Amino acid sequence: MKRITTIETRDLKKSMEKGCGECQTSCVANQECENK
Amino acid sequence: MVHQYKLNGYNIVLDVYSGSVHCVDDVAYDIIQLFCTEEKPAIVERIMEKYGDRDDVTKAEVEAVIEDVEALKAAGKLFTEDVFAPKATELKERHTEIKALCLHVAHTCNLNCSYCFASQGHFNGTDGLMSLETGKRAIDFLIENSEGRHNLEVDFFGGEPLMNWEVVKDIVRYARSVEKAHDKNFRFTLTTNGVGIDDDVIDFANKEMHNVVLSLDGRKEVHDRLRRFTDGSGSYDVIVPKFKRLVESRGGKGYYMRGTYTHNNVDFTNDIFHMADLGFTELSMEPVVCSPDDPFALTEEDLPKLFEQYEILAREMIKRKKEGRGFTFYHYMIDLTHGSCIYKRISGCGSGTEYFAVTPWGDLYPCHQFVGDENYRMGDIWQGVTNEEKRREFKLCNVYAREECRDCWARLYCSGGCAANAYHATGDIRGVYEYGCELFKKRMECAIMIQVAESMEKAEEETREETDVLTEGR
Repeated sequence: MKRITTIETRDLKKSMEKGCGECQTSCVANQECENK
Repeated sequence: MVHQYKLNGYNIVLDVYSGSVHCVDDVAYDIIQLFCTEEKPAIVERIMEKYGDRDDVTKAEVEAVIEDVEALKAAGKLFTEDVFAPKATELKERHTEIKALCLHVAHTCNLNCSYCFASQGHFNGTDGLMSLETGKRAIDFLIENSEGRHNLEVDFFGGEPLMNWEVVKDIVRYARSVEKAHDKNFRFTLTTNGVGIDDDVIDFANKEMHNVVLSLDGRKEVHDRLRRFTDGSGSYDVIVPKFKRLVESRGGKGYYMRGTYTHNNVDFTNDIFHMADLGFTELSMEPVVCSPDDPFALTEEDLPKLFEQYEILAREMIKRKKEGRGFTFYHYMIDLTHGSCIYKRISGCGSGTEYFAVTPWGDLYPCHQFVGDENYRMGDIWQGVTNEEKRREFKLCNVYAREECRDCWARLYCSGGCAANAYHATGDIRGVYEYGCELFKKRMECAIMIQVAESMEKAEEETREETDVLTEGR
């Protein structure tokens, strides 16, 4: 039986490589990245 | 760093530095809890002691789960180390462009709300309306200081911005007339108490406002207790029909209702459900931030009740979504697959660096919640940011600047929290507003749980469909 299910999430380490700043200012956790 | 919690029947494991989220059973949950402190044989022994009487838990099975955990660790999805600290240092030295302004077009208001952080709209100063000339200069200032940024934001704020509506429209028209020449895309937002909404406001807002933020505290008796006209009468009956008309005309999108809850309504989910039952589907409800001496200030005793309310809200949202009458809640709208990059998560909202508030007279402040505090006047829209010391203070103000946040699992979700709340609670923008932290963490646990619930539901559905196909094929 499956005891661990990993939910798909954005890889934060990879996002270190690809900070463009075009996202909306926030007043952060629920923000979508426009350029993905 | 790993954060584990149980909520609504789900065992959730969050790996802080990779952003990975895992939903696990009781056995795996306990194994992960023991993984860093016990050797493998000891883990097997303790798990068998606890679950050995279950048919599905054998020694081989426990060892297999430990191997799965080891594999997740090797894949960088569990017990990930913090590799972002050097980035935080880098961000301090980074040149920042300004990409958003909050225009205080009116330091006056037609309501007299008891809890208003803006002191009934005039921010502890004199009443005033922004002139078109100042508004146009603010737009030019933003274009000049945004460098290569394409998307720029302008929020119309107050006080009550509809009390200077003609100027708002003219500022928007001016911005539209110059944006293409500078390769910019302006997004406008309007925050209003609703009193001044009429057909003209609705038409123009639908044409030009990317988002409208509508202040409503929920049930009539709750709303009218603190959101009153200067003659003491409540505003609920005046604004709700106007909000309904505006929202309907926008096709139910590009808006959200923004309520404030206080010690008077710690059962605030009833106010959220009330708004949902009125037909509003984009909702937020924020804890009041005020002096602890205020009669409506939230107390330590309120905290357990508030935690329970956030859980009730999460469960109800899952239920209503299944019933086809879902609604959104501002703090639960996390996007795990396309959420913020690490730079955004470290640096936070950008107040005092890439976002500024502009007073009716053109003075610059780090954000709308600092307006009126002379210590935080940053310059003006003609001279630019002249208070470099304060600007640097805000640049340094990220989640890695707070020692108290070092071991907090939520640090890459809250980005160190709201600088204004920290300042008003501790006297230091790098302080920690602990009450707000507790509420934030509870909200994040609920938000992640909703994502897990939806993901697990979807996976179960897919499994059912596959089983159906196999059955039909026989």
